[in-house]
Amino acid sequence: MDFNFTEEQSMVRDSVASFLQDKYDFDTRRKIVSSDAGWRADYWKAFAEELGILGASFSEELGGLGGGAIDNMIIMEEFGKALVIEPYLGTVVIGGGFMKHSGYAGAASVIEGIVGGSATIAFAYAEPQARYTWQDLKTTAKKDGSGWVLNGHKAVVIGAPFATHLIVTARTGGAQRDAGGVGVFIIDKSLPGVVTRDYPTVDGNRASEVYFENVSIPADALISESGLALVEQVMDEAIAAVGAEAVGVLRKLHEGTLDYAKQRKQFGTSIANFQVLQHRMVDMFIEVEQSVSMTYMATIKVGESAAERAKAVSAMKVRIGRACKFVGQNAIQIHGGMGMTDELAIGHYFKRATMIEGLFGSVDHHLKRYESLSFDAAA
Amino acid sequence: MNLDFSPEDLAFRDEVRAFIAENYPAGLRDKQEEGEEMAKEDFLSWHRVLAKKGWVAPAWPEKFGGPGWTSVQRYIWSEETARADCVPILPFGINMVGPVIYTFGTPEQKERFLPATLSGDIWWSQGYSEPGAGSDLASLKTKAERFTGDDGKEYYLVNGQKTWTTMAQHGDWIFCLVRTDPNAKIQEGISFLLIDMKSPGVTVRPIITLGGEHEVNEVWLENVKVPVENRIYEENKGWTCAKFLLAHERSGIAGVARSKRGIERIRQIASTELSDDGDSLIKDPMFKRKVAELEIDLTALEYTELRTLAGEASGKGPGPESSVLKIKGTEIQQRITELVLEAAGHYGAPYFRGFPTDGDNAHPIGPDFAHRAAPTYFNVRKTSIYGGSNEIQRNIIAKMVLGL
Ligand SMILES: Cc1cc2nc3c(=O)[nH]c(=O)nc-3n(C[C@H](O)[C@H](O)[C@H](O)COP(=O)(O)OP(=O)(O)OC[C@H]3O[C@@H](n4cnc5c(N)ncnc54)[C@H](O)[C@@H]3O)c2cc1C
Ligand SMILES: Cc1cc2nc3c(=O)[nH]c(=O)nc-3n(C[C@H](O)[C@H](O)[C@H](O)COP(=O)(O)OP(=O)(O)OC[C@H]3O[C@@H](n4cnc5c(N)ncnc54)[C@H](O)[C@@H]3O)c2cc1C
Repeated sequence: MDFNFTEEQSMVRDSVASFLQDKYDFDTRRKIVSSDAGWRADYWKAFAEELGILGASFSEELGGLGGGAIDNMIIMEEFGKALVIEPYLGTVVIGGGFMKHSGYAGAASVIEGIVGGSATIAFAYAEPQARYTWQDLKTTAKKDGSGWVLNGHKAVVIGAPFATHLIVTARTGGAQRDAGGVGVFIIDKSLPGVVTRDYPTVDGNRASEVYFENVSIPADALISESGLALVEQVMDEAIAAVGAEAVGVLRKLHEGTLDYAKQRKQFGTSIANFQVLQHRMVDMFIEVEQSVSMTYMATIKVGESAAERAKAVSAMKVRIGRACKFVGQNAIQIHGGMGMTDELAIGHYFKRATMIEGLFGSVDHHLKRYESLSFDAAA
Repeated sequence: MNLDFSPEDLAFRDEVRAFIAENYPAGLRDKQEEGEEMAKEDFLSWHRVLAKKGWVAPAWPEKFGGPGWTSVQRYIWSEETARADCVPILPFGINMVGPVIYTFGTPEQKERFLPATLSGDIWWSQGYSEPGAGSDLASLKTKAERFTGDDGKEYYLVNGQKTWTTMAQHGDWIFCLVRTDPNAKIQEGISFLLIDMKSPGVTVRPIITLGGEHEVNEVWLENVKVPVENRIYEENKGWTCAKFLLAHERSGIAGVARSKRGIERIRQIASTELSDDGDSLIKDPMFKRKVAELEIDLTALEYTELRTLAGEASGKGPGPESSVLKIKGTEIQQRITELVLEAAGHYGAPYFRGFPTDGDNAHPIGPDFAHRAAPTYFNVRKTSIYGGSNEIQRNIIAKMVLGL
């Protein structure tokens, strides 16, 4: 039994934490969010060159530092604490995940671009009708000579405005909701016929509606012609990483609330002296600690069999979703009127927590997935 | 026990329905249904229609301009306005300061303020909270010192800061609790003052909230000269008015009729949105169960409110039991916004406030309701904080009802 990090992992954590402390304080983050660009390309470059973290989770053969899911967990937790906008999840965890697990011929060069900071990736998977069912696809990829033609509409593609590349799911065969025929492609975002409509999201991020209008893509854009299992694997890793981000967000919500309650005086005493608030903050603490445990558990299990992995990840997402709601809502409540203001950081952590609740599947979605994996499969 | 409406009540309901159908603007209805932010004119236009009809202040006695409705008629009124997505009548004038003025005011004060409150000519703000006085309202520090002006009249010189003042950016007048005797015990020595917001020394600064709205403000009072005749009731006895007002504030706060409409809207939304299995969301067992539980809890609240109403009709004032309505009412309002956000799925994320709408209708982003789902969810967190937080309401029940 060992829940400790290696020396290298501890170093990654410390260097990320100290970079963010210096360069990603709440005021800076506010400026980033309200800038035209919506992110800091120079920070991304610093992640690649100064910190080297964009390669932390890739093996050495692939030009990385030899880490994996645990490194992603460590980095995402620190990013959660600072509410980092830059697209680590889309680029490294998801984009990198597809490259690692697919046997895609172009993987080495894409990874080189990721590690060096020149390639940024957004994952265009969701569709307006599909909710959280990855294989519900109206987007089509039709064979055309040696290449393909892409048509369709992808919903709320997080990070697409910053991306150089899109990874896209599209029907290469079968009916709208079939498990087979889920093609996965990587394309240049600047291809003719890729139309994006960019907008901000409630938690300060940027996203796009992406429309493919007869986009011709070359044969070597194909990662997998029937890749639902691959999508599931990469999504599970992404969800585990989001759990780690949530842990960072939850820790800040909890700490911020403790600090505020100790310092805010009403009725001649600090409000932290009211037992009802003490017990509430204890319950918040319990939620945070259980979220940490579940995130470790899921991160350790992402390498196991598909069924084990999916069960672990869905269990984590259910707990995390509940924790985000409970801790977030109570952080606001205990801050009173101050919690309702845009000025204080606490509300922005609450917003991110709220978006994480629904990201890659709601509590209900993952509860159902867990049920079907652990009961239906046994029956 | 009899819960049926009488034939007269049913006739009244039809009259109300017909009036709303004819007079309530469809544009406002859509805005209200989508949870859009309301402009000053949106509130005022409907207020004026009702004022003209004599229906703007259902609870006021007839001699001050109320319609003379029974409590059942008032209940029907709130049901019907909620069903039709009517813009709410802001509470500050009609539900709060109006009753204080007709109960505690001088004849001159009634004459001066009540008709203008009814007509909507005065937009009232509530100046209770201060940065250091929230739940502990009685610790307020805004000072009012008496002096004789050059004109030989008596004035107060007011200095202090109020905060969280809802819609004060549009305010004509603000009713404030101020400290007139710094040496008295904390709940004594407070007076209830009406202050013209156009007076020199009044500054209003916006506070932007989580959903991006400008709904609350800071109000700074710097050497503001207020004629003594603008004080309601006796000097240093303002706490009596304050408590009376808070009881009125809480009685309307359950919002049963609006929550019913909210649940109806969730049903509509969920019947067009799709669930994970591609069927309509309202058929999803988990979602359906949450809606059912909400409806059951709302029914419990509704019948608790009806019992309170019946008690009031037989002469019992709104007592500490109204804290039950506040707690459960606001919790239900919050759960409604949670379910709407859940129903929005991915499309709960896009944020459009202040974002250039390029008129590109060919590519609408998500279903109509979705872009307000998250901001509304964030905004409605306020309901368990304001009007006496839900923790404070539980303290009230513990002390006043349970005798703990
Ligand atoms: C089935 C059973 C087996 C037991 N076995 C043993 C045994 O083998 N040996 C032994 O020595 N004892 C045993 N106990 C006793 C047990 O340890 C006591 O019941 C326990 O310590 C609580 O004390 P109490 O029952 O006097 O409750 P009280 O202390 O009177 O508490 C009553 C309630 O008040 C609450 N409360 C008290 N203080 C506070 C506070 N400061 N803040 C907030 N809430 C508070 C409590 O949480 C509880 O809800 C047993 C009890 C049970 C029920
Ligand atoms: C959107 C909005 C609109 C508002 N509009 C107005 C307005 O128009 N006019 C106006 O005057 N005010 C207004 N308010 C202010 C509102 O009444 C106060 O926010 C409220 O009274 C709580 O005070 P506070 O914010 O200072 O929180 P605090 O009093 O600091 O409370 C912080 C936390 O501590 C808890 N707490 C405090 N005391 C106790 C206790 N004894 N026991 C247990 N828990 C306790 C609270 O419940 C809360 O969770 C508004 C507030 C909001 C958010």
